[in-house]
Amino acid sequence: MMDFMKRFARNRGALLGLLILIVVVLLAVFAPLLFPQSPWKMVQRPFLPPFAADGLPLGTDTLGRNVAAGLVHGARVSLIVGLVSTAVALLIGVPLGALAGFYGGWVDEGAMRFTEFFQTIPSFALAIVLVAILEPHLTSITLAIAIVSWPPVARLVRAEVMSLRGREFVDAARLAGLSNLRILFGHILPNAMSPIIVMASLMVATAILLESSLSFLGLGDPNIMSWGYMIGAARTVIRTAWWLSFIPGVAILLTVLALNLIGEGLNDALNPRLARKGR
Amino acid sequence: MTLLAAILTRAAKAAITLLLIVVLNFFLIHAAPGDPAAVMAGENGAADQIYIDQLRERFGLDQPLYVQFYKYVGGVLQLDLGYSYRQQMPVLDLILDRLPATLLLTLTAFGMSLLLGIVFGLAAAARVGRWSDSAITGMALLFYATPLYWVALMAVLLFSVQLNWLPAFGYETVGAGYTGFAMVLDRLEHLVLPALTLGLFFMAVYLRMTRSSVLEVSQMDFVKTARAKGLAEGIIRRRHILRNALLPVVTLAGLQAGQLVGGAVLTETVFAWPGIGRLMFDSLTARDYNTLLGVFLVSAAMVILFNIVTDIVYRLIDPRIAAGGAA
Amino acid sequence: MSTVLSIRDLAIALPAGADRELAVQNITFDLAESEILCVVGESGSGKSMTANALMGLLPDLVHVTQGSAEFEGRDLLALPEAQRRALRGDRIGMIFQEPMSALNPLMRIGDQIAEVYEAHDRYTPAERHDRALALIKEVGLPDPEKIIRAYPFQLSGGQRQRAMIAMALALDPAILIADEPTTALDVTTQAQILELIKTIQKRHGMAVMFITHDFGVVAEIADRVIVMRYGEIVEQGSAAEVLEAPQHDYTRALLEAIPSDSVPETAPVEAAPVLEVRDLRKTYVTSGGMFKPKRSVTAIDGVSFTIAKGEVLGIVGESGSGKSTVGRSIVRLVEADSGQILLDGEDMNALSPDQLRHARRRVQMIFQDPYASLNPRKKILSAISEGPITQGVPVAEAHARARELLQTVGLEASAAERYPHEFSGGQRQRIGIARALAMDPDLIIADEAVSALDVSIQAQVLELLRDLQQRLGLSLMFITHDLRVAAQLCDRIAVMQRGRLIEIGPVSEVFLTPQAEYTRNLLAAVPGADWGDTVAATG
Repeated sequence: MMDFMKRFARNRGALLGLLILIVVVLLAVFAPLLFPQSPWKMVQRPFLPPFAADGLPLGTDTLGRNVAAGLVHGARVSLIVGLVSTAVALLIGVPLGALAGFYGGWVDEGAMRFTEFFQTIPSFALAIVLVAILEPHLTSITLAIAIVSWPPVARLVRAEVMSLRGREFVDAARLAGLSNLRILFGHILPNAMSPIIVMASLMVATAILLESSLSFLGLGDPNIMSWGYMIGAARTVIRTAWWLSFIPGVAILLTVLALNLIGEGLNDALNPRLARKGR
Repeated sequence: MTLLAAILTRAAKAAITLLLIVVLNFFLIHAAPGDPAAVMAGENGAADQIYIDQLRERFGLDQPLYVQFYKYVGGVLQLDLGYSYRQQMPVLDLILDRLPATLLLTLTAFGMSLLLGIVFGLAAAARVGRWSDSAITGMALLFYATPLYWVALMAVLLFSVQLNWLPAFGYETVGAGYTGFAMVLDRLEHLVLPALTLGLFFMAVYLRMTRSSVLEVSQMDFVKTARAKGLAEGIIRRRHILRNALLPVVTLAGLQAGQLVGGAVLTETVFAWPGIGRLMFDSLTARDYNTLLGVFLVSAAMVILFNIVTDIVYRLIDPRIAAGGAA
Repeated sequence: MSTVLSIRDLAIALPAGADRELAVQNITFDLAESEILCVVGESGSGKSMTANALMGLLPDLVHVTQGSAEFEGRDLLALPEAQRRALRGDRIGMIFQEPMSALNPLMRIGDQIAEVYEAHDRYTPAERHDRALALIKEVGLPDPEKIIRAYPFQLSGGQRQRAMIAMALALDPAILIADEPTTALDVTTQAQILELIKTIQKRHGMAVMFITHDFGVVAEIADRVIVMRYGEIVEQGSAAEVLEAPQHDYTRALLEAIPSDSVPETAPVEAAPVLEVRDLRKTYVTSGGMFKPKRSVTAIDGVSFTIAKGEVLGIVGESGSGKSTVGRSIVRLVEADSGQILLDGEDMNALSPDQLRHARRRVQMIFQDPYASLNPRKKILSAISEGPITQGVPVAEAHARARELLQTVGLEASAAERYPHEFSGGQRQRIGIARALAMDPDLIIADEAVSALDVSIQAQVLELLRDLQQRLGLSLMFITHDLRVAAQLCDRIAVMQRGRLIEIGPVSEVFLTPQAEYTRNLLAAVPGADWGDTVAATG
C-alpha cells in the first residue's frame, strides 16, 4: 500500500490532478454553506461582470443569477452523476465481462453479441434518445449514461479474466477443490482490479463530459443547475457576456483533466513495470 | 476466409444489428410517457386531432402490440421512417437532404484528426522523455478533457467574433450566390472551424494511441533484427516500426466512429451546420420523436458501415487475418 | 589461425537502480578465424550484453564505459554510428533467441532477406531476389519458391530460425554472433539448427560467437569456451580443457549441476499400481466459422500406462507430443474425450464435478512457471493451506502443517507470511512442491517443474524432489522435455510423440537400448550427450 502511494506520488501530473479534484469535491460538499441560496434565485441585475459586486465573485448571468453559486452547485451535480453512473456501469459491466471471460462458450458468445450491439450504436445519440424519451431527470440521465458506458468495462474485464484464467495459479486453485465461482471472485477478479480501477476513474471523467453535453443541448434536469446548462444558456449572449460560457467550461475542463491525470497516475502506480519512458 | 466471405458475414451481421435497432426504436416510442400517437405526432399534443387519428389508424395503435410491431417494422423495411409533422416532410427525405453536410463534416474531421494525430504521435514518440514530448502529450490531454461544444463556442468567440477571420455558422454565405471556385472557397471557409473543433478531440485520441503503440513496437525483437542487418534508422522507422504500430490505430479508428457521429450533433448545433446532427437537436426541442428516432437509426447505420470499412482495411493490411490466423 | 576479433578490458555500465553497477567488466578475449567460440553463463551473467555491445545494439540507458574491440584494423567501440551500421549485417551478422518475435510479421520472408542487400546498397532488385532464393535453399528451407513469398506466421519456429540465419549470412560476414538461437526450440529442431550452423561455418570460414546456457550445446559444437558469471569471465580455454578439467569452482559447479548423461541402473519397482491410465483420448477441434473448415488436432491418441506406488515415471517428448495434456487430463484440468483414469481403482474420469472436487486431494500438480503458479495477491500461507482447508481440514491444523512443509522444502517457516514476489524462481518452485505435498496426495504430477529454472537452481530443486520422493515414498509422474533430467530422476520412462506413447520401460533399457526409431532420434539429438554405460544407482 505504501509502495503504491509512493509510486503515485512520483507522478507530478497525478498529484496536480488529485489536488484539483480535492478542491472540486470540497466545493461541492460545502456548496450549501458557501452559497446557501438556490442558484436559481435571481439576486442582482443581469450581466454583471466578475468582481463587480460583493458576494458575486463571478458576476451574474442572463437572468441575474449568481454564477459562482451555479458553479459550485453544478459541481455537485457533475460529481454525483459521474460517480453514480460509473458505479452502475461497473455493476453491469464487471459481472457480465467476468462471466463471459470465465465460462467462455455460449455464455461468452451471447454476452459479446449483446455488448457489441451496444457498442455499435453511437453512444451519445443513444443517450440523447433515451433521455428524450424518458423525460430529462437526474435519474434518467444517470441511467442513460450508465447504459452507454458499460460496454468498454465489460470488454476489459472479459479480456483480463480470459488472460488470467489460463494462469497456473488458477489451475492450482482448481486442484485445491475450489468451486468455479470462488475461483472467479476470490482469485481472478482481485488480480484484475488494477485496470478496472484505472478505467473507472476515466469513466467518471467521460460521464461528466456526457452529462454536461446533454445539459448543453437542453436535456438536463430542469430543476438542477449544471455546468452544461450554464454554457448552453449563455450561448446566445456569447458576444456580449463571453465569460458566462467560458467559466463553466473551464470548470469542466479542470475536473475532467484532474480525473484523467489521476487515472494515468493510478495506471503507472499499479503497473510499475510499464514505465512511461518506454523503457 | 476470403475477402468476399468476410464482407458478406459482416453485412449479414450489420443487417441483424440494424433490425434490432429498429426493434429498439419501436419500444422506445412506446416507453415514452403519454399516448404514442401524440408522441409520434410530436408537438406535445399540439398536433391536430385528425392527424392523430390518422396516425392511430395507420399504425394500428388501438390494436395489440404485436400487430403494431409488425406494421412499424414493415414500414421501416419499406424505407418509410414516418412523417415529420413539424417539418411537413417524410422523415427519410428530411434526413437524406441533410446527410451530405454531415458526411462532409465528419469525414473531413476524421481525416484531419487521423492525420494530425499520427503525425504528432510520431513526433512525441521520437522525442520521448524530452520536454517536447511532455508538451505534445500535455496538449493532447487538454484537448481530450475539454468538452467539445465548449471548444466550438470558444473557437467561434475567438475566430469569428474577435478576429473575424472565419464565419461563425452555416454551410455557406447565404444569398451570395457563389459559383465554381469561389463557391468551393466559401464552403471551405465555413468548414474549417467546425471540422477542426470536431477533430481536435479525436486527434488527441489517435495521438496517444500512436505514441504508445510506436513506443511499444520499438521495443520488439524484430526491430533489433532490423538494426542488426545494418538498416538505416529511417527505413527501420518507416518499414518496421510504423507499419506495425499503425495496426491498433486502425482498429481504434473503427471504434471511434460512434463517438464521431455523436460529436457531430454537438458541433452542428453550435455552428448551425445543416446536417443530421442539427436535425437531431431540432427534433429534440420540437419533441418530434419520429425524426429523432429516424436520425438515430441512420446514424447507427453510418457507424456500422464505417466499422465494416475499417474491418476490411485492417484485413488488407494484416496478412495474418486474411489467412485465418496462424498456419 | 589468425585473430579476427580482439576484445580488451570491456566494461559496460547499467543505469542507476539496477542490481549491479556494471553489466560486465574486465572482459578480454580473442575470437579466431573459423572457430566456434561458446560463451556460457546463467541468466544475468552478461553474455548477451557483451554481444550487443559489439554490434552497437545496447539498450538506450546502457553504455560502454571502457575497453576496445579490434576488428579488421579498427576499434568497433570507438567508431561513429554510421560506420558501425555499415559493418552490421555486412561484416558481422547476428541471430537472436526468439524466432517467433524476431521477424517483422508484416513483411514477406524474401523481402526481409533482400533487405540486407538493400541496407548496404548491393545488387539490383532482381539480383537480390535471386540471392535470397539461393540463401533460402542453402539454409535448408523446404519449398524455396513458396517460402520466399511467405509471411513469418506461416513458418514454424525452426524454419524462422533458418530464415534468420539466411539473413545473417547474406553478405558473407566474417563473424556470426548467435545469441541463444536454439534455446526456444525443440530438441530435435535444435539439433538440426546446430548442424546447420556447423556446416555453414565450415563452408564460409566464419568465426562464430555462440552464446548459450547449455553445456550440452558447448560439448556439441564448441572449439573454445568462455564461462561468464556476474559480468566477469571466470574461465577460458579450449572445449576439451574446460569440459574435462575445469579450473574454476564455478565452472565445476555448473558442470556438476548438469544432470549427467550416464544412466543409472534402476531396480524395477514391484508394487501395486497407484495410477492406471487406459486408452486415454483427447482431440481438440477448432470450430469453423461459416466459411472456415473445422480443424482438429489429436492431442492424446489412445494412451495407456500404469504408475506403481512409490515409483517415478517420466513422460518425455517434444512440444506437441501431448505429454502436458496427458498430465492435465489426469487431474481433469482438461477433459479427456474418453478413456479411464483409475486411481486406486476409482475412475477419476467418471466422477461428477461435485465428486471431483472432493476427490481433489488424491492427485496434485507442480507447475512449470514459477512466476505464474502462485496468486500474487495471496500470502504463501494461504497458497499452501487453501487446498486442505477446502477439503475440510481445520484451519489451525492446516496452517501448522503449511509451516512445517515450508521447512521440509528448505525454506523458513516465516516465509508463510510473505508474498510470492519476495521469492526467487527456485524458491517459488519449492513453495509449489510444498503446496502439492500439503494435500497428502496419492500421486504428484510434475509438469515441466524445473524447465524454467537456471541450471544450478534446477539441480537443487531436483535434488529436493529426489530426496522427498525417497523419504516419503511419493509416487511421481515427471513430465519433461529434458532427457538428462529424466534419466536422473525416473525409474521408468515413457516416450511420447504426436499424442502416441511410442515406448515405455525402465530408464536404463529405454536409454541404452531404445526400441523405437523416434526414441533413437530423440536420444541422439540431445546436444553433447553420450549416454554412458550404466552405473550403480546412486543412493
